Amino acid sequence: MKILVCISHVPDTTSKINFTDDNTKFDTNGVQFVINPNDEFGLTRAMWFKEKQGATVDIVNVGGPETEPTLRKALAIGADTAIRIDTEALDGFQVATELSAVAKEGNYDLIIAGRESIDYNGGMVPGMLANLIGASFVNTCISLEVDGDTATATREIDGGKETVAAKLPLVIGGQKGLVEESDLRIPNMRGIMMARKKPLTVKDPSGASVETEAVSFEKPAPKGDVKLIDPDNLDQLIDLLHNEAKAI
Amino acid sequence: MSVLVYTESEEGKFKKTAYEVVSYARGIADMMGSTVTAVAFNADETASLGTYGADKVMHVKNDKLGKFNANAYAAALTQAAKNESAKVIVVSSSANAKYLAPLLAIDLEAGYASNVVALPESESPFKVKRTAFTNKAFNHTEIKTDVKIVGLSKNSFGLKEAQKDASEEAFETNLDDKHFNIEVKSVDKAKDKVTIADAEIVVSGGRGLKGPENWGMIEEMADILGAATACSKPVSDMGWRPHSEHVGQTGKPVASNLYIAIGISGAIQHLAGINASKTKVVINTDPEAPFFKAADYGIVGDAFDVVPRLNEKLKEFKANNS
Ligand SMILES: Cc1cc2nc3c(=O)[nH]c(=O)nc-3n(C[C@H](O)[C@H](O)[C@H](O)COP(=O)(O)OP(=O)(O)OC[C@H]3O[C@@H](n4cnc5c(N)ncnc54)[C@H](O)[C@@H]3O)c2cc1C
Repeated sequence: MKILVCISHVPDTTSKINFTDDNTKFDTNGVQFVINPNDEFGLTRAMWFKEKQGATVDIVNVGGPETEPTLRKALAIGADTAIRIDTEALDGFQVATELSAVAKEGNYDLIIAGRESIDYNGGMVPGMLANLIGASFVNTCISLEVDGDTATATREIDGGKETVAAKLPLVIGGQKGLVEESDLRIPNMRGIMMARKKPLTVKDPSGASVETEAVSFEKPAPKGDVKLIDPDNLDQLIDLLHNEAKAI
Repeated sequence: MSVLVYTESEEGKFKKTAYEVVSYARGIADMMGSTVTAVAFNADETASLGTYGADKVMHVKNDKLGKFNANAYAAALTQAAKNESAKVIVVSSSANAKYLAPLLAIDLEAGYASNVVALPESESPFKVKRTAFTNKAFNHTEIKTDVKIVGLSKNSFGLKEAQKDASEEAFETNLDDKHFNIEVKSVDKAKDKVTIADAEIVVSGGRGLKGPENWGMIEEMADILGAATACSKPVSDMGWRPHSEHVGQTGKPVASNLYIAIGISGAIQHLAGINASKTKVVINTDPEAPFFKAADYGIVGDAFDVVPRLNEKLKEFKANNS
């Protein structure tokens, strides 16, 4: 089985989010970048396929040279080869279109992406990619098995889950559940050494167009102070929730 | 040239978000001097969409579409959008809408902005405000394509009444096998339980509750308030509660009216996922817990003392106010 895992390079979840250039650019100063958590669950599931069923695992990212440490980390976790499409990721459509070229060329059976990246939260790359290459698509995927040319996937739905069967090639928008938190791997020394020797191919972009533009950013207005309520005066909480917040 | 809106229903009954997206579509139509066309699938009482401003309802009645199917629904919406020459399509932020919207975007060559929280700031350029960085910031996005898809964040616009006709029209769709390439094997959904996605109120417990055996009081509070139950990530990682209850940056997002956090410290990843909730209450023994900075109301106290007493008070309140 040939697997492609799409890796988004995103600020660590604890990052302070600030903007520069008159609020038009994300301030990367002092920000640690990591593999997008949703993608990391998918990558780890791909390693499971590789070890249990036999598969090759390529990873791909659309981004500049600054994303390479993140790709090396994914290689250290166990992916075989990496592809970086050398262009700034500007919108979901552009990224999906760039990925579709690699996806078609590689003839993958399974393409694992994350349900959304935690920076722009667009949540559109996996579905767009699937539609562009004419593959089956399962979003918010929380479990995945492959048997021959058929995948059985479970997707999270509002209030429950749904199990589906889909023919390969398949694209998923994955998330936690694909593997457990405790299955995530921290690269060991050997993995890191090996990753240095694994191929990381830089490809020219196809020059896909954009459909949307993130023009500017804004931070939420600072919140007012919390109102503290005496634990012996719970009536006050009920009164505030009812009359002030109109929440009950 | 109407504004097309995908109205979700379950077993024939419209979801509350269906009325919210119609209200929002009405807002856009009024800005653009246009009309609102709702697309409904096997729904009852389509006239109810008129209350929130639908001029017309294209009703897809098709047994093959009894259960949600992203490809087939996207195909039906594509055909409806083309029929109506719709320039703007509005969908919700439900799991199903987020599944279908990117497929629709490719079919219609439309730019798609998800998690939008307000009416467009301007029509030309078409600019919307959306959340980004998992609620840690907003982002003003311009959609540059001729046809545009807007995914509305739940509870960000609310229901606004604006009585219109909602004249119903049956809509036949052309579907073939390729639209049914995903075969649903089974659906596992708790009946009679409020889901986090639909809930107005969410009661959430963290590691401070010490163990799964102590969730009785959380469930009791949820029962009294008609709320959904949720939990922090470590609680689901340890198997105290199911993964489906995990909320936060890597779990489910919450955008409820009221979020009550009990024994949750308020780590940045937790807050990111629940910040879109309107009113936040924290109950925690530690006055230094970061949640107090994010909450509207806080009680510094022991959950095991406070929650049972609060439940009694809430019961009394409910008895007198319903
Ligand atoms: C990549 C990444 C992603 C993450 N994503 C998420 C996410 O999506 N959602 C999420 O929740 N977390 C997430 N986390 C974890 C997060 O950092 C915190 O570890 C987690 O939210 C803490 O959970 P908690 O508040 O239940 O536990 P703790 O931080 O241990 O807090 C327990 C709280 O309970 C209080 N307490 C103790 N006893 C009592 C009592 N008797 N009565 C009242 N209060 C009491 C304590 O004062 C404390 O504040 C993520 C972390 C990482 C690294």
